[in-house]
Amino acid sequence: MSLVDLRDPSSFPTRRVEAWKYTDLRRFLRETPPPSAPDDVAPGGPFAALGGAETAIVNGRGDAAIRVVEGEQVARLRFVSTQAGAGHQATVTVDVARGASLVILESHEGSGGYVSSIALNIKVAEGGQLTRIVLADDAADAIALSRADVRLGQGAAFSQTLLTTGARLQRLETHVAHPGEGATVWMDGLYLLSGDRHADLTSVVTHDGRDGVTSQLAKGVVRDAARGVFQGKIVVERGADGTDARMGHHALILSERGEVDAKPELVIYADEVSCAHGNTVGALDESALFYMQQRGIPADEARALLTHAFLGQVIDRIEHEGARDVARDWLEARL
Amino acid sequence: MLNISNLHVSVGEKPILKGLTLDVPAGEVHAVMGPNGAGKSTLGYALSGRPGYEASEGVVRWRGENLLPLDPAERAAMGVYLSFQYPIEIPGVPALTFIRTAVNAQRRRRGEDEISAPDFLKRARAAATALRMDFDMLKRPLNVGFSGGEKKRMEILQAVLLEPSLLILDETDSGLDIDALRIVADGVNALRGPDRSMLVITHYQRLLDYIKPDRVHVLAAGRIVASGGPELALELEKDGYDKYLPADLESAA
Repeated sequence: MSLVDLRDPSSFPTRRVEAWKYTDLRRFLRETPPPSAPDDVAPGGPFAALGGAETAIVNGRGDAAIRVVEGEQVARLRFVSTQAGAGHQATVTVDVARGASLVILESHEGSGGYVSSIALNIKVAEGGQLTRIVLADDAADAIALSRADVRLGQGAAFSQTLLTTGARLQRLETHVAHPGEGATVWMDGLYLLSGDRHADLTSVVTHDGRDGVTSQLAKGVVRDAARGVFQGKIVVERGADGTDARMGHHALILSERGEVDAKPELVIYADEVSCAHGNTVGALDESALFYMQQRGIPADEARALLTHAFLGQVIDRIEHEGARDVARDWLEARL
Repeated sequence: MLNISNLHVSVGEKPILKGLTLDVPAGEVHAVMGPNGAGKSTLGYALSGRPGYEASEGVVRWRGENLLPLDPAERAAMGVYLSFQYPIEIPGVPALTFIRTAVNAQRRRRGEDEISAPDFLKRARAAATALRMDFDMLKRPLNVGFSGGEKKRMEILQAVLLEPSLLILDETDSGLDIDALRIVADGVNALRGPDRSMLVITHYQRLLDYIKPDRVHVLAAGRIVASGGPELALELEKDGYDKYLPADLESAA
């Protein structure tokens, strides 16, 4: 899977590329967009109250490396887009040293019809821990691509939660390799889409080492004419015995024109593994809705309560307390 | 007072209620008994406004107001409460949160102030104690993993906290052992009062030993075919519904 380079239109995948089947970038982007101008933003962002050093990448410009040598750190990483009709891309490298621990509180913020492409190259050394919480609040007219490549050392732990409301076209892609033994991956996602927004959560987790664990839970709610895409692939290579991998994707479609495309894949070459996946796409439970209304809860409020309960499971799995509270408030404000 | 007049309800294409007429004065408890398939649950759903159970003909008035044009939440705010035969599980919503949301939604619609959290908790604790429910159960998602009997108690607990003026009990005794039945019946009896009417829908007479009705009606083939005092329930228990079944009605006609 090649990276999209905004400067090179030949790198824009068509729908004939299997991995981009449901996210038709070329429909919205055929040529290199004019470059975004530099801009400044005041410090802040949705995680401002949680402390940690702030790195703001505004219109693709800014300090682009986060290193944790020892101990525990919190880093707030903001990707901000301010210019409509223009594009930018940025690469950020993240290194977590042996035994060190990092929490990245990442936000995608913007307004207008921008084009943004973000790449994160993440390394977590032996025994290191990385938690990445992403609030992707892109603009309704934006085209927003992000791709994180994560390499985990032996016994490393990577925990990721993506929360998104989509964009005109949005893809949040994560590739994780467990080359060492005993790495642990938690990879969750939540999408809540309305209007004609599109969000694509694509991930590939490759187990090369023994005794790796992957636990993945993605949940989504789609309203109006929005479209959610979940592509989750877990590959267990030959020799990666003792792998324990679970993947779940569950979505609700609340409208006639909403759409969800789900492609869960488990590809297993090793012998002694424990793997499972589940995928459901359905509507809100009408009998639950009536029950709630019978108790006096108006239909809209009942729907919001059921939707919140459905998505809340992903939020409850966020271990970082402050981030969990921010995520819960974020969700409640959008129901 | 509840007035149901010539109520016709079809579910899908199938006519279920075919001209049902029934009055329940304020403060009275009326039982509706009938064989399976007579339309008992349909009556509960039609009164509470379940989608798919709309009336094609007839009138339902509660305290003089026509209920039929109202949505289920509006009816609830007017005091209509249906205790479900099969209460629904609501994953992810703790029972306390659910009930408080409902209480406040009804209050808002009636233009009343919302209940404060401490007041609500105090009342919820008292209700749980009366129904011999572990208060911690109310912190769990509503009805999820509850036994049949626990779900029925939860229905009555909600009724206690929502204070409806028209209580419709749909097969409340099903799934209850005798001890649980007593507790639930005590809960219902505590709700009896001059301003509250009750419609007790049941297949068996057993429940009526504990919730004593003022009147008993027989629902068969979509209509009330007989009405009487509490003795009618005992008669049904002894003789069964045979003489009210459609074939017999037709041959008698």
